[in-house]
Formats: sequence, structure tokens, C-alpha cells
Amino acid sequence: MEVFDFTYPGDTVIDGRVHVGVVGSGDLEILLEPSPDDKTHVRIRTSVEGYGAVWQSVLDRFFSRYHGKVAIEINDFGATPGMVSLRLQQAVEENGK
Amino acid sequence: MNAEIDLQRFLARRSFVELTARERALAILDAGSARELVGPFDRQHSVWLEMQGIVPQEDDGVVVMHGRIDGEPAVVIAIEGAFQGGSMGEVAGQKIVCALELATRDHERGRSTRPVLLFETGGVRLQEANLGLAVIAEIQSAIIALRRHVPVVAVIAGLVGCFGGMSLAAALCSRLIVTRQARLGMNGPEVIEQEAGIQEMEAADKRLIWSLIGGEQRAAVGLADDLVEDDADDIARTVRAAFREAKPVTHRTEQVDLFLDRLAAIDTDRVKDGATLRGLWGKGEAK
Repeated sequence: MEVFDFTYPGDTVIDGRVHVGVVGSGDLEILLEPSPDDKTHVRIRTSVEGYGAVWQSVLDRFFSRYHGKVAIEINDFGATPGMVSLRLQQAVEENGK
Repeated sequence: MNAEIDLQRFLARRSFVELTARERALAILDAGSARELVGPFDRQHSVWLEMQGIVPQEDDGVVVMHGRIDGEPAVVIAIEGAFQGGSMGEVAGQKIVCALELATRDHERGRSTRPVLLFETGGVRLQEANLGLAVIAEIQSAIIALRRHVPVVAVIAGLVGCFGGMSLAAALCSRLIVTRQARLGMNGPEVIEQEAGIQEMEAADKRLIWSLIGGEQRAAVGLADDLVEDDADDIARTVRAAFREAKPVTHRTEQVDLFLDRLAAIDTDRVKDGATLRGLWGKGEAK
């Protein structure tokens, strides 16, 4: 297991919280809630070690388009980068509903 | 094998097996009535998994939802089979125990709460060892205490099934609903093959496994009460019906002599597959 923390500048205040996904094989769970401060925080626990650079790329790309001030916690059980992006998209969409 | 399938119905159905634990609980409760207790944002995850380098899930694989069934207060406890095989650890198990004990307390105070358990579990979580074993014993006690007041209704949908100590918990329930995809047994086929050899059981032989411990077989020999299609609406309807038919239940676990006599009467050397057992066992007159 490996733990990563990422921080991004956020500019839109959000409210409400969302939970999506399952910590099952090839999947992950995401807990999304309002950030306690002015930044966007992402904390990842992953079962697959050595993929820090890939996480960085996936998150850089996602937060180049989404600017909510959120705190995101990810528990990952070997999701592919595509799966991670889809779950992130799902979480912010459900939060917007 | 070539049973006729109502194609329209087959295509229109919503699979229950494919739903997550949270979606399953919502499918059972009256629309709009559900409120999750100790959900993922309460972050009551297992501390033991992290110590062993295993990623936890924030609800520890158990979803407890309070709501209504046919307008009556109800609690649905759903185990997430995709997380660690639905295994029972300290937190997961304790959530189930607390929900069942609160339901019992409601009944003692004259308030009815209908309990539903959605099993999807390989049994004890080996990483949590004795804590998992102890909590399964507590779950079993809690089911026995609660079933004096109200039928404890359980569903095994699959694909994990229900094994180990939790299969005993399922056997204690007042009404057990299964699908064809479900499996119910003490030891899983892989464990039996590993311990007793491939001549005893070939775990890869799916047809054999399901013919012995599959939902259809368990219902045919009276160890489960209802065999239903993998359809969320069908399953929810069957759960509702179980509470509506308020007939007194003689629990299987109160019929020890009957089952012992049956076991004693069967020559196990003659049981080569599920069909033979059905013939020898009869249709389960116990119920």
C-alpha cells in the first residue's frame, strides 16, 4: 500500500458531499466533500505501489478542467487510469446534481 | 438446462447481483425512505487492514440503512461482496450487531422494525482473526434475540454467496431468499479441494459446485425458503411478502432432531451429485 497527497489551487466553492465506487478489484472509492481551506486536496491510498507519476498525470489533467475547492479521498484497489478519471468525473457530476 | 426463458421479462429485469451493497439496500427499502447509518463519511474503517498494507473501505464493506418497507420502519444491512470478499472484520461485524440490537430494542419498547440482511460474504476476515470470529458469534446471538420479535429476512443473491460462520448466521434467519446464482455452505469449494483432495471435490467444476451448494439446490432441499430470479423488483417483492405473511415460523435451527434424523438416514456414499441428494433428502418437509 502506498499513500499520496496532492494539492491544487481551487477557485469554486462547492457544497454537499458525494461517495462513489467500491474498493474492489480494478475499482476504487472516492469521497468528495468541501475543502476545509482555499485549496483542493487529494489523498490517495493505493494497493499498487510505484505509480506516483501516473497518479500525478491523471490528477493534473482532471484538475486542469475542474476547479472546485474540494477535499477528495481515494481508496484504490488497482483501478486503471481510465477508471480513475471516470470515477472522478462521476463524483463531480453527482455533486453538481 | 434448457428451461424456457421469458425473454421480454429477462431483458426488462434489473439485476440485483450486479448492484453494489448500497444500491441493493436502496432497492429493498421504500423509495425515498432510506437514511444511511454510519456511512463512509463517518470513516469507521478497519484499522487492522492498513497495518497489513491493505487498502480499507470507509464503510468497512457494510451498509446499514434505516427506512421503511411497506410503510413500516425497517433496517437493511447489506454486505459489499466486492470489498475483501464481503469478509467480516471488527467494524463490519459490529455495524451488523449494533443494527440488529437496536432493532431488538425497538421491539422491546413496542416499536416494530423490520430487519433485512443481504449476505454476500466469504465469512470471517482472516486479517482480523479472533475479532472477526467473535463478532460473527455476536451477529448470530443478535439474530436469535431479534427473531423472537419479528421475522429476520435474509437474501443471498451471489456471486460471492455466503460461507463460513456467516452461513450459520444465514441459517438462523427466519426466512432465507436465494437466487440461482447464490451459493450457501460452510466451507467454500476451494477450501474443500485443498483440504480433502480433488477426488472429494473439484472446485473448478462449476456445474457440480452449484448442483451441491447453489441456491436452487438449497431451496429444493428446504435449506432456503424462496428461489427467485436475479431481479431487484422480484427480490424486493419477496422480502415484502415475507413480512406480510405474518405466519409463525418454526426456525430450522429449532428442528435439530429432524435434521439429524435425516442426515443419519442418508447413505453419503450414494450422494454423487445434487440431484441424488434431492431424491434421498426429499423436498424439505421441515418447513
